[in-house]
Amino acid sequence: MIIRILTEGQYDVADEALARLNQLDVTLEAAVEAGDEAAFASALAELLGGVRTVGVAHPADSLDESDLILPPADATLEQVRQMLTEGGLIPG
Amino acid sequence: MSLMKRISLIFRSKANKALDRAEDPRETLDYSYQRQLDLLSKVRRGVADVATSRKRVELQVTQLEQSAAKLQGQAEKSLQMGREDLAREALTRKSALATQITDLKTQHAQLQGEEEKLTLAQQRLQAKVESFRTRKETIKATYTAAEAQTRINEAMSGIGEEMGDVGLAIQRAEDKTAQMQARAGAIDELIASGALDDASAINSGDDITRELEAMSSQADVEAELARLKGLSAPEAPEAIEAAPEPGEILADEPEKQETASDAGKDGQA
Repeated sequence: MIIRILTEGQYDVADEALARLNQLDVTLEAAVEAGDEAAFASALAELLGGVRTVGVAHPADSLDESDLILPPADATLEQVRQMLTEGGLIPG
Repeated sequence: MSLMKRISLIFRSKANKALDRAEDPRETLDYSYQRQLDLLSKVRRGVADVATSRKRVELQVTQLEQSAAKLQGQAEKSLQMGREDLAREALTRKSALATQITDLKTQHAQLQGEEEKLTLAQQRLQAKVESFRTRKETIKATYTAAEAQTRINEAMSGIGEEMGDVGLAIQRAEDKTAQMQARAGAIDELIASGALDDASAINSGDDITRELEAMSSQADVEAELARLKGLSAPEAPEAIEAAPEPGEILADEPEKQETASDAGKDGQA
């Protein structure tokens, strides 16, 4: 499975690792719903850290689409909310 | 996987909408390639802009560190002269500078991070654009228009996502650079006005340097006098020993003058 961390690039992640990442994703989503900045920041850092740890950089010259796309490491809770409401994520 | 999936779907649909589509699918490839090249030069400019900002912050840190060292020197000199009040004032100003320096160093690290991120984004995009170009030529040479459409969709989806991502990276770097430039501009103004660079430059700030200068010029005069007094005795014998030489030179002088005046007379005749 190819996972992209926005502004960082794509990673190949083995399917076995997905269960753990899913847990982190649920935590992250709960933090976004609750508007809990601190929980959001730590959940995002943990999720991205997990992808970087278990993932292997996908070849730069491939033209493959990602299966999953994650927010950038420095994203704020507000920015992630905007992403979810289709608000100005992609410039141009 | 809900949050990740939602973001992925939204991102992808926007990336696809942003792609140009032409009537002839093979033209779509050329349009897209042109936009990739444009984006590539944009990300290169982005890297250069961030580097410029980073260097500016570096320069400011150097300037502020020099000012801090100067204030440290003033504090030491003040203490040597028994002026603890002046030393305290100099150290207070130095500690205000230290805060600025710490902030600037944090910004510097952030800019460096952005620069590295954008440089990597540039390398990834470069590799993908090169891949796309090869595939584009193959598709145009090998496939009929109908067949090309499928191949094009395959090639476009990956590059579209990358372009969206690189665009996002550039935008975020620009935002951060703009914030820092506003701050850097304010510090440049302070340095230009002399408020940070030289504590002596602005109204009340005159005191430390002026008092130190007044005291040290007095002290310097005394030290110079003492040195001269000490040196005047040993220097005297040297002067006597050396005396014959100037005498010889003086003795030669009249002859020269005569020769010169003779020559002058010859010239006139």
